[in-house]
Amino acid sequence: MRRLMIPLVAAAALLVTASPALACGGLIGPNGAVNLLRTTTFAGYHDGVEHYVTSFEFAGGEGEFGSIVPLPDVPTDVVRGGDWTLQRLVLETQPAQRGGFFLGAAAGAADSAQVLLETKIDALEITILRGGGDEVGLWAADHGFRLPPDAPEVLDFYAERSPIFMAARFDADAARERGQNIGDGTPVHLTIPTDNPWVPLRILALGRQAAETVQADVFLLTDERPALLPDPGSVLGVNGLSLDHAAPATGQLLADLRSDKGMKWVPDSAWLTKVTIDTAAPDLRFDLAIDASGLGQPSLQDAGFAPFGPAPAPVSQTLVWVLLVAFTLMLPLGGVALVAYAARGARLTPPPAGA
Amino acid sequence: MARRQVTTLRSLLTAAVLVAVAAGCSTRAAEDRPVTRQITIHYSQFEETALSVPHGVPVTFVLVNEDPIEHEWLIGDAAFHNRHRHGTEAHHGARPNEVSIPPLATVRTTITFGEPGAQQYICHLPGHEAYGMVGTLTIT
Repeated sequence: MRRLMIPLVAAAALLVTASPALACGGLIGPNGAVNLLRTTTFAGYHDGVEHYVTSFEFAGGEGEFGSIVPLPDVPTDVVRGGDWTLQRLVLETQPAQRGGFFLGAAAGAADSAQVLLETKIDALEITILRGGGDEVGLWAADHGFRLPPDAPEVLDFYAERSPIFMAARFDADAARERGQNIGDGTPVHLTIPTDNPWVPLRILALGRQAAETVQADVFLLTDERPALLPDPGSVLGVNGLSLDHAAPATGQLLADLRSDKGMKWVPDSAWLTKVTIDTAAPDLRFDLAIDASGLGQPSLQDAGFAPFGPAPAPVSQTLVWVLLVAFTLMLPLGGVALVAYAARGARLTPPPAGA
Repeated sequence: MARRQVTTLRSLLTAAVLVAVAAGCSTRAAEDRPVTRQITIHYSQFEETALSVPHGVPVTFVLVNEDPIEHEWLIGDAAFHNRHRHGTEAHHGARPNEVSIPPLATVRTTITFGEPGAQQYICHLPGHEAYGMVGTLTIT
């Protein structure tokens, strides 16, 4: 029975949000409640480097809030993100909603965990950690974060695949002193060399009650059309995921992105994908694995499906097509067999009595 | 013959007395043996959600927290839990039925229950009860 011993709270979420009415994505409040909002994430992958952009939004209030974001590998750089990358992506796929964007929040962190990098961006204190679930959890507790009850399982879920986490502490008082207004976001850009890009989704459900939903937009910019797991474009559908946009990125979009701070890496041609998540929190027990190599083999492990996580993998898209083709081919054969059987039955049927 | 019967009867009586004494000692030994119950917490769940203990004897609870976050183990009746749901204490430990368990730590507490009945043990940290950190202790 304790109501708040520490003003600092911890949360776990990814980033940003897309509407001015939305704020503070995924942050856990002092009473343990999690503010619901839509979050937006951008993951660009080019030349073996993942560029991960998220934003932390000042949503008012006092004291400190925190968030933890699992990462696929050790970032070589963590800097303030560009000023319009996320908003520009929202505009690209939601042209009817011009005028309203914006940015949200995210995550937290440990004791025996190894601190790889510390930096401060505006009112955000960011720490990159390496450690197991217990280590990161202890570090978080020692640094004033209060993790929700599902944190031990979720931290283990990520640490078994990648022991790298970003802890972010947001000082609302400092933000106010800096003149930040409610709704102002602080974008963060992480540069992560990795062979296995993936976007953490399960972390978005951290601290949420069973009846709550998770809504998020994930933008991907890759050299080629990526294969995703789970596949939001699957013919069977994937619970809670939908493919909102999949097309070559326009030259204008690429030029706009490239003109933003820290975005000179954007190539001359690329494929833009937007995945929307809208699902019950308990159902979000996986991540989004990306294969941008053209081989079409996103990793079960990166997605956190069994045996690497609690959720069974969805039925393979290839298997579905094979079964459909097989069924289509078998249908006429089955019809012929049925007709033949019926004809044979008619010949063997004795005439009715008295006939 | 009569003498043999008396001897036999005496042997039977001696044996009966010895058996009775041994049984008494055994019962006393059982009563003296400390009652211990272990409750392990993993992924914010009590692994033992239904336990039974005798009344009138000290019971030592060994509370093992395998999580990297703090938990609580508070045991009492409905009114007790209602108070704690709205309480403001930051840390427990002064009373044996109200225990805070630090991350990855083991804490022992000993309680003597006076009356038979049932009580619940709950973690009242924000969100933990709703997450399922509830167990029932039956006192026989």
